[in-house]
Amino acid sequence: MSETSHISVQNVHKVFESGGQEVHALKAINLEIPQGQFVCLLGPSGCGKSTLLNAVAGFSLPTTGLITVEGAVITEPGPDRGMVFQEYALFPWMTVEQNVAFGLQIKGVEKAAIEAKVAELLAMLNLTDFRKRFPKDLSGGMRQRVAIARVLALDSPIMLMDEPFGALDALTRRNLQDELLRIWTELQKTILFVTHSIEEALYLADRTVVMTYRPGTVKCDIPVDLPRPRDVASPAFNALKKDLSQLLMEEQSRHNQAEFRGAAVD
Amino acid sequence: MKRYRHAASGVLVPLAAIGFWQLLSSMGWVNATILPSPMAVLVKWWAYLRPLEVFDPAQGSYLQWCFSGELIHDALGSLYRVLLGFVIGAGLALPLGLTMGYSKVAYALFNPLVQVLRPIPPIAYIPLSILWFGLGNPPAVFLISIGAFFPVLMNTVTGVQNVDSIYLRVGRNLGASRLTQFTRIILPAATPYIFTGARIGMGTAFIVVIVSEMIAVNNGLGYRILEAREYLWSDKIIAGMFTIGLLGLGIDTLMSRLSSHLLKWHRGLEQG
Ligand SMILES: Nc1ncnc2c1ncn2[C@@H]1O[C@H](COP(=O)(O)OP(=O)(O)OP(=O)(O)O)[C@@H](O)[C@H]1O
Ligand SMILES: [Mg+2]
Repeated sequence: MSETSHISVQNVHKVFESGGQEVHALKAINLEIPQGQFVCLLGPSGCGKSTLLNAVAGFSLPTTGLITVEGAVITEPGPDRGMVFQEYALFPWMTVEQNVAFGLQIKGVEKAAIEAKVAELLAMLNLTDFRKRFPKDLSGGMRQRVAIARVLALDSPIMLMDEPFGALDALTRRNLQDELLRIWTELQKTILFVTHSIEEALYLADRTVVMTYRPGTVKCDIPVDLPRPRDVASPAFNALKKDLSQLLMEEQSRHNQAEFRGAAVD
Repeated sequence: MKRYRHAASGVLVPLAAIGFWQLLSSMGWVNATILPSPMAVLVKWWAYLRPLEVFDPAQGSYLQWCFSGELIHDALGSLYRVLLGFVIGAGLALPLGLTMGYSKVAYALFNPLVQVLRPIPPIAYIPLSILWFGLGNPPAVFLISIGAFFPVLMNTVTGVQNVDSIYLRVGRNLGASRLTQFTRIILPAATPYIFTGARIGMGTAFIVVIVSEMIAVNNGLGYRILEAREYLWSDKIIAGMFTIGLLGLGIDTLMSRLSSHLLKWHRGLEQG
């Protein structure tokens, strides 16, 4: 483990039992993530991205191997690692503002400060007009923004984001990407971000980790050294995009073949 | 316009039923003691509702006088027993249900006993309740609280057990203590089930109150229709039955209004 690592994933395996069969969701994963790095995880559906994020969050610990944060082994979830869940998971009985305020209330922040912070976050995510609504009355994109606001409110040094912008339209998505980059630069957070979009990964990340499908391993670990703000139309950007597409296509076809074989056996 | 038509079609069948009923009586097809005419029932109902004595300011206020009729007295008596029994039954079921739903140990300890006692209808407790509590309100309230207890208990247990684990994960991620998890996540997530249980429990309580009044007390709507039978006052029996129906409907409507108000956030309750 290096001294500068904020998150260190050391030889992590994760095996699920399902219906008497063992699913090797993660195999020999090693990642050293320095403080303040923005890392994107890319890979085909079912390759173990959420599993890895859940392990770092402390919800489901590795079968073998270790994950440490600032040198301390992770044994349980905590507000130092705020997570945006793939399923949003807003509390349906709380209004938008109550959802966002909840983490601050748990922290014991005083009322006026909570109100100010919530108002600021809602304004930032264009949710102010909807603050009194319940999640059932929101669109998918709005729910996703509330989930993001709820985690931003925590102000945790590490943010784990599982496809947080998946349900957004292109414009909102770009706005939020820029907003996230601003927050990240300003507050020096370490971010582990799952996405299906190569372009999103290249727009955001310092480094892109591509995973393989069953077993989930790290296929390659590519630094993205483009200057920010990044121009998605630039030749350098597109060259990288092409390389990554190639890598992902390989993995995707392995995935499809695996599914095909599975189907044939059934 | 559509709304009025809707309301109009709602009274169509009841009006036809009453018309048919009236026809049966006025044509003399059935004996008035077996089935009195709707008109006779209405007259009796009014007599039952009206104050028994003439207004006398020395006896109390005008309002008091208005509510001094036998029917009001009976209805209030029944309502009092229902509410008291419900509060006791639900009040005991809720904490037990929350504990059983939350703790596997508590569930393993209590569930066998609950499963054995649950299928016993409250009516079957009548002999024991009279043996234990004698006559009057205590056995009635005891029976009613048993009627309310099990629906609230079972639904509360299910509600707590069915809380989606993703909410608990979010809670832990936000750093919520066990107490906060319980009060801010598990409890609200279980409320739709708890309210369903309360509504069913209230319905059972209402059935049980009528039965228990026929046995253990000498007022209330249940007592009154049994008493009317002794004198062959079929008009009063029917008037009493309608009152029971209306009171039950009123309570259920109130419960459902209350729960849809408190569960505004819930998806499945828009229809009220
Ligand atoms: N609790 C579990 N029990 C059994 N198998 C599981 C469990 N959770 C995940 N898996 C399996 O582990 C593998 C990885 O799942 P995971 O959810 O991490 O994929 P993912 O990369 O996040 O996919 P997606 O992009 O679709 O969200 C899948 O094959 C899945 O079937
Ligand atoms: Mg996933």
